[in-house]
Amino acid sequence: MSSPLELQKITGTIWELPRTFRSGMNVPARIYATEKLIESMDEGVFNQVANVAMLPGIVKYALCMPDGHWGYGFPIGGVAAMDPSEGVISPGGIGFDINCGMRLVLTNLTIRDVRPNLERLIDRLFREVPSGVGSQGWIKLSRNDFLKITQQGARWLVERGYGWGEDLEKTEENGCAEGADPSRVSERAFERGLHQLGTLGSGNHYLEIQFVKPGHIFDKSTASVFGIKSDEQVVIMFHCGSRGFGHQVATDYIQVFLRAMEKYHITAPDRELSCAPFSSPEGQEYFVAMKCAINISFANRQLILHQIRKVFSEVFGRSAMDLGMHQVYDVAHNTAKLEEHIVDGVKRRLLVHRKGSTRAFGPGMGGIPEVYKETGQPVIIGGSMETGSYLLKGVSSGDQTFYSTTHGSGRVMSRRAARRQYRGKDVQKKMAEEGIYTRTSSFSALAEEAGGAYKDIDEVIEAASQARISRPVVRFSPVGSVKG
Amino acid sequence: MPYSYIEEIVTADAAFRAWGQTLEETFISAFDATTNLMVDDLESITKKEVRVIEVNDRSEEMLLFQILQELIYLKDTFCLFLRLQKASIEKKDGLFIFRGEAAGERIDNTKHHLAVDVKAVTLHLFSVRKTDFGWEAMVVLDI
Repeated sequence: MSSPLELQKITGTIWELPRTFRSGMNVPARIYATEKLIESMDEGVFNQVANVAMLPGIVKYALCMPDGHWGYGFPIGGVAAMDPSEGVISPGGIGFDINCGMRLVLTNLTIRDVRPNLERLIDRLFREVPSGVGSQGWIKLSRNDFLKITQQGARWLVERGYGWGEDLEKTEENGCAEGADPSRVSERAFERGLHQLGTLGSGNHYLEIQFVKPGHIFDKSTASVFGIKSDEQVVIMFHCGSRGFGHQVATDYIQVFLRAMEKYHITAPDRELSCAPFSSPEGQEYFVAMKCAINISFANRQLILHQIRKVFSEVFGRSAMDLGMHQVYDVAHNTAKLEEHIVDGVKRRLLVHRKGSTRAFGPGMGGIPEVYKETGQPVIIGGSMETGSYLLKGVSSGDQTFYSTTHGSGRVMSRRAARRQYRGKDVQKKMAEEGIYTRTSSFSALAEEAGGAYKDIDEVIEAASQARISRPVVRFSPVGSVKG
Repeated sequence: MPYSYIEEIVTADAAFRAWGQTLEETFISAFDATTNLMVDDLESITKKEVRVIEVNDRSEEMLLFQILQELIYLKDTFCLFLRLQKASIEKKDGLFIFRGEAAGERIDNTKHHLAVDVKAVTLHLFSVRKTDFGWEAMVVLDI
């Protein structure tokens, strides 16, 4: 892949497209990547991050993280901070899967405890956490229950026994985005989402049992605060979002915003960047509707955590508490939030869009659990199902990206190309030979998610670390996987 | 097959081109292309249930956008895999009015070889245009 001639190297891991790269750019665009990653980045990333730089009210830079790849509207890995009074809100800067995110759960088990029970665990998880196209959740909810969840998020479920109080303390926003207004959500979103709570979804969504290989704890004291005490410790990591409910909210408002753009005389080079002034009635309506989807997403992951605890408890004949199944954190990577940041020495309130980028608040910042105040927030990064995943921490020098970092390893191969190159059953067999037991709803999806379709996760983390936007704490290796 | 998936773009999602001699045929192709992303073999879908799809919009392009959204809505809400059987489009008072019948059945993972879920229709590179041979649509779907 060839990068644009205008791309300037700022440091070993920061690359800039100046405002002169494209007419209409309000700010320069910056891409975080090592030389190796920038060389493999697809052309869509450069075009899309330049497009983002054209949005009204964008502050400082349009950013793309080291796992950046060609998306729709924003690149995946895109970050844009908007001035709330002059700037816009764009569903394309958040993604259809609103508040899609990661949750990491501890155990006090080692790989030696889990290996003999691995197939039972994964088989049961595959059954108890529905995945794939058309899957429906096991919990029976009335429409009124669902409506309350759109307002109360994971809290509604925890209050009814589907989780522990401490789960909420260790979830971004405590599992509930305040100010959600379901009256701004279409009936279609309710219809699509009502039966899907507690389901994993498909594509790159997954649930994995992972463990710490010797030598893969890079920051012992922080790891200990996060609950990772020793080599061989087993954890569970999963990735999913707001399901059809969130997809419908985004779909509805993209159309509202197309009309709003005419009304407010806003132009954008891609209709997927459809947007409205944040302060406009349309912008505010989307913001409170989006919060409903944020809450559904937190609730979805809460219900999945409940099932994971149930399965482990049944298989090991011990309570989840006795197994030390505490949640490390739940953090989203498709969202827009009002946050305070220092820009050129001035404290400003900004609307930070992160699409395929994880918030990575540093030590001492508000909005992260008290227990992580000294370390910086845990940042959960899912790699490909064959390679590994990371737990990072936010750092003070993350201010350069509005405290945002990578969200995964990022694809290098399109889904269709991966499907041509790999066969799902071969991938499953190869993973079994590597000691990873996998269950899937779709062998086609498994082929699309083959490790070779992704960037090198270690290189991506190295880029984020060298750029000082987050630091690695632990690397996890997969041992069992449920794929949607 | 009157549609073809595009490998080179949108790394994490899916894109296709669909063709037909008429707009109706093109929309039927696009409908199949979307369903075929979710199920490996379209022929495995038995026509047990029929759903009427009626949408309208001010352009041919947005009409297809609405139709494909309808497919996704029916998939999520009623767990249906559907194929468009009949389609008609008329233009009235500046509006394109689509009426179609989609037939299919409930998603059954013991019968259908599932592929990946389609979350949404995006407007990225979305187009419907007249060609020398009929019509062509280009669609990027969120996976």
